Amino acid sequence: MSTAHTHEHHEAPKGLGRWVFSTNHKDIGTLYLLFSLLMFIVGGAMAMVIRLELFQPGLQFVHPEFFNQMTTMHALVMIFGAVMPAFVGLANWMIPLMIGAPDMALPRMNNWSFWILPFAFAMLLSTLFMDGGGPAGGWTLYPPLSLQSGNSFAFVIFAIHLMGISSIMGAINVIATILNMRAPGMTLLRMPLFVWTWLITAFLLIAVMPVLAGAVTMLLTDRFFDTSFFNAAGGGDPVMFQHIFWFFGHPEVYIMILPAFGIVSEIIPAFARKPLFGYASMVYASASIAFLSFIVWAHHMFTVGMPLGGELFFMYATMVIAVPTGVKVFNWVSTMWRGAMTFETPMLFALGFVVLFTIGGFSGLMLAIVPADFQYHDTYFVVAHFHYVLVTGAVFAIMAGAYYWLPKWTGHMYNEKLGKFHFWWSAIWVNVLFFPQHYLGLAGMPRRIPDYSVQFADFNMISSIGGFAFGVGQLLFVYIVIKTIRGGEKAEARSWEGAKGLEWTVPSPAPHHTFDTPPELDDSQLAHGGGH
Amino acid sequence: MKRENYFIVVLAVMAGVIAAVWGMFAIGDNMPRGVTEFSRQVYDLHMVILWICVVIGVLVFTAMFVSIALHRKSRGVEAAQFSHSTKAEVLWTIIPILILVAMAVPATKTLIKMEETGDAEMNIKITGYQWRWKYDYLEDDISFLSSLDAGSDAARQLQSGIEPVDVDNYLLEVDNPLVVPVGTKIRFLLTAGDVIHSWWVPALGWKRDTIPGSVNEAWTRIDEPGTYRGQCAELCGKDHGFMPIVVEAVSKEDYAAWINEQQQLAAVAKTDEERLWTLNELMSHGENVYATQCATCHQGDGQGLTPAFPALAGSQVATGPVADHIKVVLQGRNGTAMRGFSDMLSAQDIAAALTYTRNAWGNQTGDVVQPSTIAQLTNG
Ligand SMILES: [Cu+2]
Ligand SMILES: [Cu+2]
Repeated sequence: MSTAHTHEHHEAPKGLGRWVFSTNHKDIGTLYLLFSLLMFIVGGAMAMVIRLELFQPGLQFVHPEFFNQMTTMHALVMIFGAVMPAFVGLANWMIPLMIGAPDMALPRMNNWSFWILPFAFAMLLSTLFMDGGGPAGGWTLYPPLSLQSGNSFAFVIFAIHLMGISSIMGAINVIATILNMRAPGMTLLRMPLFVWTWLITAFLLIAVMPVLAGAVTMLLTDRFFDTSFFNAAGGGDPVMFQHIFWFFGHPEVYIMILPAFGIVSEIIPAFARKPLFGYASMVYASASIAFLSFIVWAHHMFTVGMPLGGELFFMYATMVIAVPTGVKVFNWVSTMWRGAMTFETPMLFALGFVVLFTIGGFSGLMLAIVPADFQYHDTYFVVAHFHYVLVTGAVFAIMAGAYYWLPKWTGHMYNEKLGKFHFWWSAIWVNVLFFPQHYLGLAGMPRRIPDYSVQFADFNMISSIGGFAFGVGQLLFVYIVIKTIRGGEKAEARSWEGAKGLEWTVPSPAPHHTFDTPPELDDSQLAHGGGH
Repeated sequence: MKRENYFIVVLAVMAGVIAAVWGMFAIGDNMPRGVTEFSRQVYDLHMVILWICVVIGVLVFTAMFVSIALHRKSRGVEAAQFSHSTKAEVLWTIIPILILVAMAVPATKTLIKMEETGDAEMNIKITGYQWRWKYDYLEDDISFLSSLDAGSDAARQLQSGIEPVDVDNYLLEVDNPLVVPVGTKIRFLLTAGDVIHSWWVPALGWKRDTIPGSVNEAWTRIDEPGTYRGQCAELCGKDHGFMPIVVEAVSKEDYAAWINEQQQLAAVAKTDEERLWTLNELMSHGENVYATQCATCHQGDGQGLTPAFPALAGSQVATGPVADHIKVVLQGRNGTAMRGFSDMLSAQDIAAALTYTRNAWGNQTGDVVQPSTIAQLTNG
């Protein structure tokens, strides 16, 4: 084997330079993950401000303008700063290890796509301290309201451009890596599901991030250069922005959930000690969800007054998404069926994901029904829906993945007792936080309001208590991660008894360079049992 | 495991899942049934879909928790190794499709009915402004603004010290409610003067966005007299949470009487517009108008809120040439939150507010702007 070495492979370089100049997929993956964790805390702190003000009726702590900045920033930071970079970090670390590649295909671009992010977010967050204030028109930036922002709006738009560039570069890298660098024998239909879902996600990113860039650029010129793309008085159309935005926005929703499907599809077979059920249908379901995501955008705007035909089309198309999504849930349950399950922390988070994401799926189906949506739209019912999908969906899956692969990354087992405590604490409080919001929305509470009538007081207080407890619990996660990086029980190469896949054939922690020579592949390495 | 034992576990788990669902229903709030045919259909639709979701959820979660209870390594089971079943996979693709079709049929019917805005007996135009509503009764030539009532407005200020529970209908009360007759098909024409808002009264069963530059349509026929409350549902700036809607549905006779009264008030206002006002009259009326229309942004002391809302005390505009000041107030300022008030306020209100701002807080210009001057400009 050593004959393949044509040059010295030094170990990881030391000092700050290791991180700033890194082209190593593992180091860049770590940077992405730590950055995402930091943004998760920043965005979470904003959520705490929101829940604090909503703890009881009346305005006790912040002005409405600042409240609006908090809801807007919370969303932007969580979506573009926490969830998306976490998935890119996982992709960086795991895709090369899963397909037997020595690194990502475009390592220098990889460095750049990460290092754009700290600057983008520094700029975005700095608007909170500028004269014009942070963006306060909601993360959807609907004009004409967003055009009332101060001059700091230009910084927001530039930050969004940078995030988009970073995402597109990350996506190009993922596609190039998966299509070109698989080990011999790793055919497309033998790839782990996490790799599949990321491949599809990357195509979605490339398709829609430029659409977002176009939309915000038109906002920029409307705001600063007197164009009238969205200004009715100048012949423009404010609703046109919503169509363009959601043509990006709906695929964006799946960008944040498809990799989560992938992670859960790795973890459940590992802890059920049983091949993934319906591998092929999982792949096809992911692809059809991705396709459908392009033709359902207007379900976010049923109340703008569309023609009947449009409303019917978008209702039917949206309902169809329930079919492939249902297939996935049924397949996960079938994977558990007659397995020999154990319930370590990654498995607990994955099971929590299946149950709670499904609840978010149900409320999504309800929202698709146009006449009912005339009631649900823009209420806390919607807030509850997308937090079930994004927090107990995407974030729980990210947590599951973090616990699952921490031993591989650090070489240490995390503290299982603390991990389980973290799961149960989170699972209980997240429901106290978000479930009552369904009731609030049905009873008539609009979203994005800093104060409310007294009839909504009880459920808001319960929700806030859930929020504080859930928020505090995530500090435990930070503690567990730091503790595991520093030390702990030594992890074996195959850290979990039932874990399959090439990543478990390299030592823990994974050496700085892996798979310099392509690995030999046999079916027993595949989480889905192979045989396709 | 013996067959009957298996059965007992399944039943026990299912009972647990059903108990959890029942608990959620027992604690929670639900959508109101409302007071129109449409709102009741929406409610029924909502309940049907909810129950379908509940049944599917109970089945899936029961299967999952039975598996968790029985198929665990600690019980010494051996993992099966099956990895697909074409029969099962086809089945759980087809059955959901059938369920979806069953959902789509009533949804489509209800939606088609909602979009039939024809043969309305009366028309009301609703215009959303930051942060109040304007109602125009198109047949009866009545028009007024509807804003958050003074009691709620005082209590909702940051650290006001007023307990919201002590305020009647906190944040859900307005100065001038929308009065409509029961048993009448009313068509609404919805638009906005500045940013997008959304007009929503849950008891009517729908919300519709009000969008600058376009007109949306919706309709209702209210069955029972009563007071129905709602709120703006689309984020529209800092006071989005403070633009409630109150609909008062009254009998047809009471409605006719109300219309009569409103038309008499309008006639009085008309003569008021034509006469000459004194500085004192304008100042005292102007103070009220300023408090309800201008103070949210420019503040009660005229100091504004930097950077978005400039101060008026000692400002260029409020102490400079009158004509320029009038123009800004009537037409607004493009690219800022300052909108034109010409289609929103009466000539008296505008004249009084102008006079007030030109003479309050040490602005002492001594200028008097007469309602008739404004009326000429806006009608001309
Ligand atoms: Cu969507
Ligand atoms: Cu609003």
